[in-house]
Amino acid sequence: MGRKLLIHNDKVPGINTYEVYRAHGGYASVEKALKTMQPDQVTEEVKKSGLRGRGGAGFPTGMKWSFLAKPEGVPRYLVCNADESEPGTFKDRYLMEKIPHALIEGMITSSFALGAKTSYIYIRGEYFYVARIVEKAIAEAYAAGWLGKNILGTDFSHDCYVQVGGGAYICGEETALLESLEGKRGNPRIKPPFPAVAGLWGCPTVVNNVETIAAVVPIVNMGGEEYAKIGVGKSTGTKLISASGHINKPGVYEIELGITVEDFIYSDEYCGGIRNGKKLKAVVAGGSSVPILPTELILRTAKGEPRLMTYESLSDGGFITGTMLGSGGFIAMDEDTSIVKNLFTFSRFYHHESCGQCSPCREGTGWMEKILQKFLNGTANESDVDLLWDIQSKIEGKTICPLGEAAAWPVAAAIRHFKQEFIDIARSKKFVDISHYDRLNKLVRA
Amino acid sequence: MKVTIDGIEIDVPKGTTILEAARMIGPEVAPPTMCYYSKLKTSGGYCRTCIVKVTQGSTANPNPMPKPVASCRTEVMDGMVVENTINKEVLEARKGVVEFLLMNHPLDCPICDQAGECHLQDLGYEHGAANTRYEFPRREFEKIDIGKYVQLHMTRCIMCFRCVKVAEQLTDNRVHGVMHRGDAAEISTYIENVIENEFSGNVIDVCPVGALTDKTFRFKSRVWFTKPVDASCDCKKCSGKVRLWLKGNDVLRVTARKDQWGEVEEFICNECRFERKNTADWKIEGPSPIHRSSVISQNHYNHLNELKVQVMKQQKALGFMDINKRP
Ligand SMILES: Cc1cc2nc3c(=O)[nH]c(=O)nc-3n(C[C@H](O)[C@H](O)[C@H](O)COP(=O)(O)O)c2cc1C
Ligand code: SF4
Ligand code: SF4
Ligand code: SF4
Ligand code: FES
Repeated sequence: MGRKLLIHNDKVPGINTYEVYRAHGGYASVEKALKTMQPDQVTEEVKKSGLRGRGGAGFPTGMKWSFLAKPEGVPRYLVCNADESEPGTFKDRYLMEKIPHALIEGMITSSFALGAKTSYIYIRGEYFYVARIVEKAIAEAYAAGWLGKNILGTDFSHDCYVQVGGGAYICGEETALLESLEGKRGNPRIKPPFPAVAGLWGCPTVVNNVETIAAVVPIVNMGGEEYAKIGVGKSTGTKLISASGHINKPGVYEIELGITVEDFIYSDEYCGGIRNGKKLKAVVAGGSSVPILPTELILRTAKGEPRLMTYESLSDGGFITGTMLGSGGFIAMDEDTSIVKNLFTFSRFYHHESCGQCSPCREGTGWMEKILQKFLNGTANESDVDLLWDIQSKIEGKTICPLGEAAAWPVAAAIRHFKQEFIDIARSKKFVDISHYDRLNKLVRA
Repeated sequence: MKVTIDGIEIDVPKGTTILEAARMIGPEVAPPTMCYYSKLKTSGGYCRTCIVKVTQGSTANPNPMPKPVASCRTEVMDGMVVENTINKEVLEARKGVVEFLLMNHPLDCPICDQAGECHLQDLGYEHGAANTRYEFPRREFEKIDIGKYVQLHMTRCIMCFRCVKVAEQLTDNRVHGVMHRGDAAEISTYIENVIENEFSGNVIDVCPVGALTDKTFRFKSRVWFTKPVDASCDCKKCSGKVRLWLKGNDVLRVTARKDQWGEVEEFICNECRFERKNTADWKIEGPSPIHRSSVISQNHYNHLNELKVQVMKQQKALGFMDINKRP
């Protein structure tokens, strides 16, 4: 059994309540930090831990914190990104739903390190019931004195608020999130300036993912060095993986970074193998935005080494033969899966979620979806594959925010590894049934 | 700060953007712009036509920037090296942007008031491809009258956000400008509220395409059949420095004066723009400088005749058939 640091208590009855959480050692990190450490020491421990952002980009958290500008007399903010909308990712919801106090404890300890008197948890609109759970936990934390004025009798005071989003994927992009939090339209900002210098209300701000913030709790409790012993190389600690698709046991798993992908898919501790004895065809390893890989390449790198669940190993080979750990949305597809149909679903999503600020993403995402629709309608030509390739290349790297890339990469990877499938469909002129989307649309609108 | 653009070095003050530095060198190296507007704060960054490649970040950090950057929103660093017209990758990417901008565009230039002074036409001509690869129905919207003087034809809008910035920065009473998102985004009719404002007419001038047009001028004439002259008046609300577009002695249209980059020199008030339509209202200063490559300059200026003579000489020297004798 791998070590668990975040959701080890998820099955404890009542762990969502303050009393049970506290009885299981909750809020120890706040006590330790406030009573025995200086803010900079906390940041130092996070640096030593090697923790990397769990929201997708994998940026070293300690470094991000140390970039935070600290001008005199200007408030600083910590904002928790709980907008989790990447298809295939649902770990933050699990954590907040099961152990909401883990996030709040992390918020307090992290805010102490950053010198933030106020923090916000920006929760995805569709997670309204999760917002209630978190709000209740915040109320409990206030009642028990972990939030509010002079926490534990020190001169550290802190307020934490929940803000529910309107349900747009783009509001997960950190600057769009800040705009939305300020009550504006959730359009990504043009960077620089970065949030660390001018974030919320123009003040220095750190934006971190739910899991990143929750991981600060064990780091402070056990010490950064101890945490860094888990994992391989620059991928330290544990990571929540949202496993979905054609596997026997879909769900949220906490893994030690460094186990093999093969182990993760086939062992009983995790996914338990492919459903109905089928063969694995492909995996999207880090949420819908990251490149899809065929079985050969997800289990082994191009060099033939076993692929590990780490930032480095998954991206070994670049985009030609590798992918990314991303947010840890692990989607497995069996041999019966149509890559083209799956890609259509993704492209449809990005088209729907583009904010429309910049031309390549606004126009290109819709175009790609329309062409993919042609494949499903049985009206595509072989040349449409090349056209798709060209369009994605003209979006990638030319947009304001990474949503453009998120839309382009899956198209590029599907063509790179499964071109023949596109060509076969184009030649066969077969109609692929996607009427369930229409039914879904109707349900959503009803 | 020293910056090199397409091999030409220039010294610029700190805080200058790559685009402004390129404009200082001259139009040969200046990237095209569809959304940036030097007179509007926070403009630029959206259309991506001005993207360039930074092959050396600065003297201190000589690494190239991994992705092409929007030159209008990227400040120069000392020792930066930038490639625009000499970089194939940039030109290819720009072609892609033009294709995206034209993809859902109606291209109904023959019935569009903007034709002849349209930045999208110029852009498409210079950087676009001859054919479109887009085969699907194009986006369409109803025309909307936003007040007495301005019409919004969203179908032609390229979402440059300039009108939104004008509304935000020149007029009060206005917060929102865009509704919906992605390719369904549109300039909001909220703008109707603003049309009462004395400077609202400037949205027409900043609009690079024929999405916002002057209702007092609509369909009166093709711009190249009118003659632009610079004129002024004693206006209490604005500088009173305008451009009149004449046909005979009739003032068909009043606009602000525009500079070399197609940007308004000074914003003008609605009274000057929409109400003063008599030559008697104005002190005429003389013909407006119009670039000779512009269709508007046709038939207006003598230098065109000189140019024609020059071209004919050249062509004769190269053994071409006489321009006037071609079938
Ligand atoms: C389109 C888009 C959507 C994103 N959605 C999320 C999200 O739902 N949750 C999240 O934590 N990060 C999301 N991110 C990443 C954030 O911008 C940011 O990198 C992250 O919140 C930083 O936190 P971390 O360093 O703790 O990972 C998204 C990025 C983009 C471009
Ligand atoms: S890349 Fe897409 S989502 Fe991001 S700013 Fe541009 S249009 Fe908006
Ligand atoms: S806006 Fe420009 S390109 Fe579009 S129809 Fe009018 S003149 Fe033509
Ligand atoms: S209406 Fe004109 S100025 Fe306004 S966003 Fe559209 S193209 Fe730009
Ligand atoms: S002019 Fe620079 S992005 Fe539009």
